[in-house]
This record gives sequence, structure tokens and C-alpha cells, in this order.
Amino acid sequence: MLQRLFKFKGGVKPATNKAPSVQAPIRIAPIPPRLVVPLHQSIGGQPTPLVEVGDRVLKGQRIGAADKWVSAAVHAPTSGTVIAVEERVAAHPSGLPTLSVVIETDGQDAWIERHSFDHASLEPERVREILRDSGVVGLGGAVFPSHVKLTPAASVPMDELVINGAECEPFMTCDDLLMRERAEGIVRGVAIFRDLLRPKRVLIGIEDNKPEAVAAMQAAVEALGENFEVVAVPTRYPAGGAKQLIRVLTGKEVPASKRSPEMGVQCFNVATAYSAWRAIAFGEPVISRIVTLTGNVEQPGNWEILLGTPMQEVIALAGPKADTNRFVMGGPMMGFDLPDLSAPVVKATNCIIAGSPALFPPPAPEMPCIRCGACALACPHELQPFELYWFSRSRNFGKAQEYNLFDCIECGCCSYVCPSHIPLVQYFRFAKSEIWSRERDKNMADAAKARFEFRNERDEREKAEKAERLAKAAAAKAAEKKPAPAETPPAPAEAPAPQTVDAEAAKKAAIAAAMERARLQREAAQPKNTDGLTIAQRKEIAEIEKRRAPLQAQQQTTPNADAAQTQNSQKDQQ
Amino acid sequence: MLTAILIMALGAIVLGAALGYASIKFKVEGNPLVEKIEAILPQTQCGQCGYPGCKPYAEAIAEGEADINKCPPGGMEGVRKLADLLGREVKPLDAEEKPKQLAIIDEQLCIGCTLCIQACPVDAIVGAAKQMHTVVESLCTGCELCVKPCPVECIRMEPIAEKIDNWKWKYPVFEIKPARRAA
Repeated sequence: MLQRLFKFKGGVKPATNKAPSVQAPIRIAPIPPRLVVPLHQSIGGQPTPLVEVGDRVLKGQRIGAADKWVSAAVHAPTSGTVIAVEERVAAHPSGLPTLSVVIETDGQDAWIERHSFDHASLEPERVREILRDSGVVGLGGAVFPSHVKLTPAASVPMDELVINGAECEPFMTCDDLLMRERAEGIVRGVAIFRDLLRPKRVLIGIEDNKPEAVAAMQAAVEALGENFEVVAVPTRYPAGGAKQLIRVLTGKEVPASKRSPEMGVQCFNVATAYSAWRAIAFGEPVISRIVTLTGNVEQPGNWEILLGTPMQEVIALAGPKADTNRFVMGGPMMGFDLPDLSAPVVKATNCIIAGSPALFPPPAPEMPCIRCGACALACPHELQPFELYWFSRSRNFGKAQEYNLFDCIECGCCSYVCPSHIPLVQYFRFAKSEIWSRERDKNMADAAKARFEFRNERDEREKAEKAERLAKAAAAKAAEKKPAPAETPPAPAEAPAPQTVDAEAAKKAAIAAAMERARLQREAAQPKNTDGLTIAQRKEIAEIEKRRAPLQAQQQTTPNADAAQTQNSQKDQQ
Repeated sequence: MLTAILIMALGAIVLGAALGYASIKFKVEGNPLVEKIEAILPQTQCGQCGYPGCKPYAEAIAEGEADINKCPPGGMEGVRKLADLLGREVKPLDAEEKPKQLAIIDEQLCIGCTLCIQACPVDAIVGAAKQMHTVVESLCTGCELCVKPCPVECIRMEPIAEKIDNWKWKYPVFEIKPARRAA
């Protein structure tokens, strides 16, 4: 059957520059002496560390546990010893540090015990849990936890499952090589996704500039007897964007207000499918990924690199040329300059490009916008980048949102075609993060206001209660005073001494009993704020407890001594 | 002549009654302008404007008693927004603009006097008498009201550090380089 293809609007055709890095097969990178594994490698919550300094870890051992549903676990990429759990520079445009586990490798590469699963016999919920605990996330670059996407929408039947092998970014070839060499694993991974989502059709979209990958995938689908359709889509950046590929393959347009499952479509990257298959069939979590090393290097190619390998060691594998002046993580269209080469490879690192002034000439000076509209023609989301640019530039963020700033996928087509060389995407990124930060501030202000109002209310209530209490007490006193003289005078003179001693003893016993009860209660009450503490906090608590122990022991002995003393003095009195 | 007067009088009575009814029936509770002003203020409840909280300041602005440049936590941007809303002139801020801060209690020095707890307008400090106190970071508005009451000066204000979670893309700025001279 001939697949009918659709088109998305806009897009550009930059030089692909893919040829240099597809000559060699995927090579396995050596194990570096030290790995820096950031705990927060996916969208969602930050995993909680499970290891402490000095722990020995095995390859594939979980070192960070997912803290909520939208989050994914992190694992030790090889065996070794944890030498630090601390803030280390992240592979992030800011160059700021993030909590990471530093592992000194031992070179043995000893695996933890692995269990393979038969996903067909397991509950779908359990399969999703396995994927989360294996750290399977979208390896196309967005690193969204895959198990979350594998829950079909309740109301809409799943029509199509789209597998994204388009890889539209120039320079990047990691998915291409993966499809050529490990097509069978990908197809088996897609079958797992198919069994979880139960779509009517499975479409594998690959750009038509990768005929070898298309052929390999087709052969694998036939060999495994699956009915997936491998479709070559026209090469046009950004055909690999999820919404664009869905549009090309199914003709469905996902509106801004909806997610693709609500339209009956879901989209996964080929590398994600492969890692899901490794996780289910071999019990191997995501501990490495294929990274394209290309650009201004001696040996461009694709390497399977352990997560956490510092960038400088990765780059040394390819041998950057002498005039290299920058390194870009990701593609030239959407990537960012690495601020620090000690940052590690993470799940989102699909490509590292060495840049030189010849390869990426410095940007021409920004000129005024001439309203030519080229950006609007190139925008694959049919936005009006020139309008967004005006509003972002003048910090008119409300208006920018009205013009659907948040539909922008930052693909860079508008900046690419702009004849005035305006870095449009940078303005959009600036506007987006500014809007997010304002929203955070607004939420905090609202919370502060609510707390302030509650506090005022409480203060007033307490004041009123106190006034009422005082009034009552005054009334009672007044009432007492009146009948007091009528009563017979107290002070019965007979035998006061033994009674008072008895009363005192009874009082003391009551106090002792009360203290004992309080102590038991204290011991019975479980402290509630000790869950989810970091290792540093736990250590601090342990130290404090150690300091407190002798003091507490002292306290427990002193009351007894006091009691003995008072008893003695009583005896003396008698 | 008489009919004309009667008709006018009747009209006046009917319309007056309608207006009187409407003024009771559709009475607006509170001043809507105060709410709009309060939405712009940062809700730190710090009192640096000279009023006991953001709402009293908003009321004073709405009354025309207070200037719009008295709120240091709101910064110049707050002043601009207020000027926009009220149609007043933008004025420079009447104080130094500071980055957002966070109160930190030196727990080794804290004697557990509870004075800071009483001072905190948003209940962001926890502790009890003769027990160590601490600030709940996520609730602290950085109002500095707890700093003064502390008898042992164990509370300090620290600007909030930039982290990956709150990092922002910068406004695109380009270095201006001197043009290379030909030959």
C-alpha cells in the first residue's frame, strides 16, 4: 500500500553535513576513570540519591530513585566507588551546577544482577513502572519520561503510533547509525510500545536522505513478521519535530491546547524504543547512549558513551582540530554552546559538534527588522515570529503570549532565514523564561498573601478568645468575692503537717507519672519530617544525635538524684 | 404647563427611585481599584512603604495619600506597572533596589526566644520557646522583619542564588567591537 503523505507548513533546508559521521560504525567508548552522573536528567522531579560516599556500586545499580510519577530513575553506568554526591557542572546552557553522583570506576564493569521480563504477561502498569525504574526517557533530546507517554487517553482510541527516526537536525547521525546497526532491537522495542498503547497502525518515519536506515528497518520489520509501516518522509527541517512528523504521517494537526494522545496519536524516538527493549528484555537500564561527534574533528563518527563521561574525554575521542573554538551540544539549529567541558554526557546529549570560525562564522551584526515576513513563511507552527520578536524585545510579555509564544518549539527556522540576522529564537527563549519566572513569583505572592491573611485572622481570633477568657475570669472572681465572707473561715488547725506531706507526695507522684506519660508519648510518636532527607541531612542528624546522647543520659539520672535528695530532706524534717 | 411640570416631576421620581434602588442592589463591595493595585504589589508584607502590609499601602495609593514609589521589593518594574494602572508619572524608586533575599537563622546561635516567629508576617519561621528556630525557605518572602527583633543577631539576609531551576535566558545582547581598520 502506498502511504499517502501530508505536508507541514514552512521549514527550511539547511546543508545536512551528515556524510562525515556515517562512514564508521558505532564504536564503544572506553570507560573513563571518573564518571559524573547528574541525578536530574529528565523532565519532571529530581530523583533522590540512593547511594552515599564510599559505597561500592555495580553497573546498572540504581543510584537515584524517581521521586514521583513524572520522573525517571538514574543508574550507575559502570562498577566502581562513589567518591562524592555533590553539586557538579551540568550540561546546561547556564553552566550552573546540579546534584551529581561522582563514581571512581574500577574497570571491572561488573553488572548488577539482571532480570528479563516478559511484558506480555505483566500488567501494563507494572511495565510502565519497570520503564520508569530503568530510566527510559525520550532520547531524541527532550528527555520526557517515556512511561508517562505510554498511558493511552481514556476517551480517545489510539489510532497511530508514530516512531520518529527522521533526525532532521544537520550534522546529527546517531539515530541513523542506530537504525542501520540495531534495527531489530528498535522494532522489538516498538512492539512493546504497541502492546501497551494498542494503536491501529504503527508508522516509522525516516527522512529520505537515509536510505540505508530505511532499508535496514524494513528488513527488520519483515524478519520479525510485524505489520509496521516504514515510511520515507521528505527531507525538510524540522520534519523530526513530534508535531511535524505526526502531521506528515497522519495528516493530524495537534492543536496547542491538546496533547497528541487526545488526538489518538503518540510519538517516540527510535533510540527510546531501543532502550525500552533493552530494559524489558535484558533488564538493562539506560546507562549509555549513542552520541555523534562531528564538526571540526579528525575522526567524526558515532560512539556509544557511558552517561556521566566528562565532555573533554568524549571530545578527545574524535580529536578536535587546532582551530576549534567552541563546542555545541545538540544540533546547530537547536543546540547550545557548552559553557564548560567538564560537564558530563547526559541522556539528552545526542550530538557534540566542534565548531571553528570557518565552520560556524561569527554571526553578522543584528540589523533592524524590515518586516519582510520570511520568518512567518519559514515557521513550521505558523506563528508570526516578527510579531513575537517585537513583543519579546520590548518585554511586552502579555502580548507575546497572546501571539502564542508558547507554541514555539525553538526550532530556529526563523533565525535561519532572517535577512537581518536577528537571533529571533534567543529573544523567544528570553521571553519564555521571563514569563515562567513571573508566574513563579506571582504564585509565591499569592501564597504569601493567603498566609498573611490567615495569620491576621488567627491573631484576631486569639485576641478575641483571650478577651473572652479574661472577662469570664473576672466575672467568676466577682462572683466568688461575694459569697466568700458568708462562708465559715477555713484553716482547721488540727494535724496539718502529715496531710501536707501526703499532699506533696501525691503531687510529686502525679508529676512523675505525667512526665513518664509524656516521655512514653514522645517515644511512641514517630518523627514525621524525616522522610526524603538527603544524605547530608541524615548525616547531620546522626551527628547531632550522637552529641545529644550523653546529655540525655545525664538528664535521666539527675531527676532520680533530685528525688532521693528531697526524700532525704523530708526525713530530716521528720 | 401643569402637565409638563407633572410629567417632568414624575420622570424625576421614577428615575430617582430606579437609581436609588440600583445603588443599593448593585453596590460594589470594597474598592476594585485597591484589588488591582494589590495584585501588582509583591505581597512581602514587609512594611518598608510605611504601611502595615501590602493591602493598607494599596488602600493608601487608591486614596491618593501615598506615592507609588515606596515599595522596594516591587522594584522599578512595580512602579512602572502602578504608573500604568493609575495613569501617574513614573518616578524613581524611593529606596535602593535589592535582589530577592531569603532570611537564614544561624541555628547554633538561636536561643529560642520566638520573637522572630511573632514578627514573621507569613508564618515562615518554625520553632518553639527555648527550641531552635528555622526558616521555611519556600515560604520566606525576604521582608527582613525578623532581623531586627532577634536579640542575638543570628538572622541574616542572603540573596537567592541562581540555580538551574530558576535560571533565566538573558536578554540577547551583543558585544560591540571596534570596526577593523582597512589596511
